[in-house]
Amino acid sequence: MTGRVFTDMNFRTILYTLKQGFIGIWRNRMMSLASIGSVTSTLIILGIILIMVLNVNNLAIMLKQEFDEIEVFISEDATEEQVNSLKSSLENTDGIVEIVYKSKEDALETMQDQWEDKSYLLEDLEENPFPDSFIIRVDNLEDSEAVVSSINEMEGIEDIKYFRDIVERMLTISTLVRNGGLIVIGILILISIFIISNTIKITVAARQKEISIMKYVGATNGFIRGPFIVEGVLLGIIGSIVAISIIGFGYKYLFEVASQKLYVFATVYMIPYYSLFSDIVIMFISIGVGIGVIGSVVSLRRFLKV
Amino acid sequence: MIRLQNVVKEYKNGVKALNDVNIHIEKGDFVFLVGSSGAGKSTLIKLLMKEIDPDKGKLYLANKDITKVTNRSIPEIRRLIGMVFQDFRLLQNKTVYENIAFAMEIIGQSAKEIRRQVPKVLNLVGLSHKADSFPNQLSGGEQQRVSIARAIVNNPTVLIADEPTGNLDPDTAWEIMNVLKDINRRGTTVLMATHAKDIVDVMQKRVIALSEGKVTRDDRKGVYGYEF
Repeated sequence: MTGRVFTDMNFRTILYTLKQGFIGIWRNRMMSLASIGSVTSTLIILGIILIMVLNVNNLAIMLKQEFDEIEVFISEDATEEQVNSLKSSLENTDGIVEIVYKSKEDALETMQDQWEDKSYLLEDLEENPFPDSFIIRVDNLEDSEAVVSSINEMEGIEDIKYFRDIVERMLTISTLVRNGGLIVIGILILISIFIISNTIKITVAARQKEISIMKYVGATNGFIRGPFIVEGVLLGIIGSIVAISIIGFGYKYLFEVASQKLYVFATVYMIPYYSLFSDIVIMFISIGVGIGVIGSVVSLRRFLKV
Repeated sequence: MIRLQNVVKEYKNGVKALNDVNIHIEKGDFVFLVGSSGAGKSTLIKLLMKEIDPDKGKLYLANKDITKVTNRSIPEIRRLIGMVFQDFRLLQNKTVYENIAFAMEIIGQSAKEIRRQVPKVLNLVGLSHKADSFPNQLSGGEQQRVSIARAIVNNPTVLIADEPTGNLDPDTAWEIMNVLKDINRRGTTVLMATHAKDIVDVMQKRVIALSEGKVTRDDRKGVYGYEF
């Protein structure tokens, strides 16, 4: 199939191959449409799963970076002595790299900074509701469980807040989504290949006479197969372009709605659509082309014994 | 030009289509291949076209051993052969000119070469005036002449015709025979499988008779024979 294809290639041959590819698609429009539809839906589902997994992973990584800290709230009625002894016990605990004392006032200030223009809401508070706390940075997020359980036994503690659970749960979910998604996508890709190969079989059947003449005159295998490969590739490319537009605009819309209607906060944790776009284009086009090529080769192998 | 040495071809169902066949056809020969259906004529043609491989023996075409060849070199071998069929096999959506040009296009000939060569072969088969007609506007004989023109347009060394007169009335059949004779006179080897007894008898050309996969007769100036 290769090799000789290229030695015989000239401009006319390329033109002929492309033209026949387009004619093949046009001749059986309904099947072509079905093929494009199957590629498109496969890629859309792939896109949705991909975006979900990437976002969850992204969120998990961001949380991991921002919240590799444990906040230990000191109980309201703890004496200064208790606080000091708590601090020294924390200093003696393994796996802790940093301990910062955060007073109620610090906590309120931080909140005022975060809320920015809405911080006036905090001004009406009669009394500062925030407890004093220690912010602990752990060496390794995986160790936080052990650190937390040892802190739990110390005195003068109101509550402990840490994010390992959430991060872990999110990573588990994203792995599940990814694995499940891979299986679904694998099946959908096979279906797409099957549909494309059937579409091309119809074109092959319609051109049986032409093919037999080409065969007997001594056209190379590549020359005979060329138009069908082109047909498959075109179906794949069209399908992926449709999918790219739908996924691209869909995610952009979602991103914009999220930033307008929900908090700006929400989009901070979403991967911006423009940074995903080029990856999706490359990925979808190559998968679309791949499905097209495999689909046509599969159908030609049996149908076009040249 | 064409040489078969002890060729055996057995199909999967156990039928020995060709059984120890020896044939030697010289360059410029005109050979009739006769025999009843199932005698092995089609198998012989398929072997030469490299659609199938022989089980035993040797096969030569134009001094090349084509017994076993790679798939990639099959097109090269087929370009040495022009093929004419009983059912013409013309493309209905192309004109006479385009049908012939198509055979040149698909082996990558230049537009200039096509413009030079197609009118030449159209003239040879006497259809210059029908260049722009479509196959369904032509008589059977004319269609067969187009298919012959297509078969010789790439200057093959051998022309193989598989019952080229099978679908034609006797007068038209003779027209086709004259065209084939003409082509043969210009140096192209012609191998024609046929059932047309009268043509074989009148032409006085070499006759190779096949029966049940064996060569039963090979006469320099033969007749069709009575055994079929």
